[in-house]
Amino acid sequence: MAAKKAVAKPNVSTEELKTYYRDMLLIRRFEEKAGQLYGMGLIGGFCHLYIGQEAVVVGLEAVAEEGDKRITSYRDHGHMLACGMDANGVMAELTGREGGYSKGKGGSMHMFSKEKHFYGGHGIVGAQVPLGAGLAFADKYLDNGRVTFTYFGDGAANQGQVYETFNMAALWSLPVVFVIENNQYAMGTAQARSTSTEDIHTRGKPFGIPGEAVDGMDVLAVKAAGAKAVAHCRSGKGPYILEIKTYRYRGHSMSDPAKYRTREEVQKMRDERDPIENVRIMLVEGGHASEDDLKAIDKQIKEIVNASAEFAKTSPEPALDELWTDIYA
Amino acid sequence: MATEILMPALSPTMEEGTLAKWLVKEGDIVSSGDIIAEIETDKATMEFEAVDEGTIGKLLIAEGTEGVKVNSPIAVLLEDGEDASAVDAVSSSAAADDAGEKAVAPAAAPADPATPAAVPAPVVSNASPDWPADTPMKQQTVREALRDAMAEEMRRDDAVYLIGEEVAEYQGAYKVSQGLLDEFGSRRVIDTPITEHGFAGIATGSAFAGLRPIVEFMTFNFAMQAIDHIINSAAKTLYMSGGQMGAPMVFRGPNGAAARVGAQHSQDYAAWYAQVPGLKVVMPYSAADAKGLMKTAIRDNNPVIFLENEILYGRSFDVPAMDDFTIPFGKARVWREGSDVTIVSFGIGMQYALEAAEKLEAEGISAEVIDLRTLRPIDYDTVIASVMKTNRCVTVEEGWPVGSIGNHLSATIMERAFDYLDAPVLNCTGKDVPMPYAANLERHALITTDEVIAAVKHVTYR
Repeated sequence: MAAKKAVAKPNVSTEELKTYYRDMLLIRRFEEKAGQLYGMGLIGGFCHLYIGQEAVVVGLEAVAEEGDKRITSYRDHGHMLACGMDANGVMAELTGREGGYSKGKGGSMHMFSKEKHFYGGHGIVGAQVPLGAGLAFADKYLDNGRVTFTYFGDGAANQGQVYETFNMAALWSLPVVFVIENNQYAMGTAQARSTSTEDIHTRGKPFGIPGEAVDGMDVLAVKAAGAKAVAHCRSGKGPYILEIKTYRYRGHSMSDPAKYRTREEVQKMRDERDPIENVRIMLVEGGHASEDDLKAIDKQIKEIVNASAEFAKTSPEPALDELWTDIYA
Repeated sequence: MATEILMPALSPTMEEGTLAKWLVKEGDIVSSGDIIAEIETDKATMEFEAVDEGTIGKLLIAEGTEGVKVNSPIAVLLEDGEDASAVDAVSSSAAADDAGEKAVAPAAAPADPATPAAVPAPVVSNASPDWPADTPMKQQTVREALRDAMAEEMRRDDAVYLIGEEVAEYQGAYKVSQGLLDEFGSRRVIDTPITEHGFAGIATGSAFAGLRPIVEFMTFNFAMQAIDHIINSAAKTLYMSGGQMGAPMVFRGPNGAAARVGAQHSQDYAAWYAQVPGLKVVMPYSAADAKGLMKTAIRDNNPVIFLENEILYGRSFDVPAMDDFTIPFGKARVWREGSDVTIVSFGIGMQYALEAAEKLEAEGISAEVIDLRTLRPIDYDTVIASVMKTNRCVTVEEGWPVGSIGNHLSATIMERAFDYLDAPVLNCTGKDVPMPYAANLERHALITTDEVIAAVKHVTYR
């Protein structure tokens, strides 16, 4: 596949570009593998893949500092890999094994890492928004200069608690970046059928929260917008909204046949806007990397993903007494 | 004709108040709407307006008088042309009418079944006391005990903060947080907009990050807006994260019926929350328990539902005067020892249980009264041991009958003490209806002491 729109020369180092390429590719390949394992019955329940949206988390993680927090919905595998959580632990959680991040008790939608400041993994649409503002509340209370990335979708943007949260986040100047990952479909309902405004980021305006739309298929555009948002929050000016226009190639979850859009629509996006292909072209056409260099990265990613699948298959199921642990601290 | 100005009821649960200040003197002419006095309730100081025009003939209650009963005359208002002699006429006729007036004016607090005048029976027994026997005691209301508990824990740990509607500048809708803003400032005592779902979520997120919020719901009725965060976010995260992070926090506020506030403001959530693994659920009766359990709740590393009661806020009890006094969860308190029947209750249900026990004693029936104090965990052992001794059990709670705490205790007693039972366990509960407004209907919808007595007589075959 060839991206028709070549991205303008960015002010970014070769090493950075390669890192973004690698990180996005890891998510892509990991999710493809997860889809396979789901098909084999090794992963159960709901499984929401992130394929197509990789530039969002990779672009924003590029501007995060140590100690910054992140929280998201159930479409969370990409966020975890992007913030440095171990692929083995994520995949083993998907298969419900002892080696998973939640010892097999959380599943695809509920993973956490205190070490990486990843606060889940939440299954109720929109619930992570006040929770994320609460993480930022704690940072402000402790005056530690940290920022929280609170991710939610265009569907969640219609939940009332989002606006309750906008109000308090603005009122109390909480250091939180609200990241609306607008992939254009709330499960099967297109944005135009569910949402009265075309630009969701403008919904912060009545609360006094600045916001902007960002091309979510361009990792460098995401990074640039993220840097601006984070600087705003870190300087004590309160929340910021990034509406990142993105696209998911797969269904809402593994069990969604995605009949609400055409194959052509998806294919066109893949062909013309793919975030990984965009960076690949930049690297190759800009003379920053050879095809062989990229093949080496591809191979390395494949090894990580295959190893995670192997780990997820061989890690034992949790011991039965795990049923009764972690209910109370 | 001269009329009496009566002590007004200024809140749903007010029974009496302090006549803080007269703003008029005898001989003053007042018009409707003039502020004539300041009256202090247990919640606030309120201005009291004249509702008629006339001349203040006599002030019957001196300013500063405490404990002035609702509906008792506080002044006499003279019409145009009347002189002071009319004052005596109205005073004497009022005295004669007194009994009749009460019968036709059920709005006053004395008719309220949920607010009996009697203070509960003294502790006859406390088999396993929570404080040393020689501890000095002081009288304190439940409201003050809760406030002191929060203040002590906030002094002890900077991570503890209080958040909710009207908790700071207003000093608490029910005055529970009185003085906390002054001591701790607006960083730690935080007024929210009216947005339960949102602030419950924000508080829970802050708990994930290591703070220890106390979330006040103005009443637990409004917590239904927030119940997703209480259960899905706060109660389940420790489990879902494989023990990595949880929500060390307290959700607190008045629960259950107050007095004549209607269906949407009068619900007991004890059984709802007690069903949820990951939560702890506390429902104290006395001020000492409210204090000791609140301190334990704030220190607990789990989300704790702390169910208070508006009617109990103003009740005074002995509270140990100790620097650092906590009560563990999962330990019931035996208020009275007895041999014929075990009455198990918690929260405001205890007042019916204790009253019933006292009346039953006069009839020669010896009731053991157990206050569960916490509903998750529940102290089953104390209940089972008592039932094995008395062979009969009646449970008492204000909540609805289906899926009640009493139902659960009945099943547990059947499983663990079936052979000891001489009668079926009876559950006294609120009626299976939304709370009505009419005074007589509300009285009937709630549990009554007579119903507890009847249940005890039924299981003791008297």
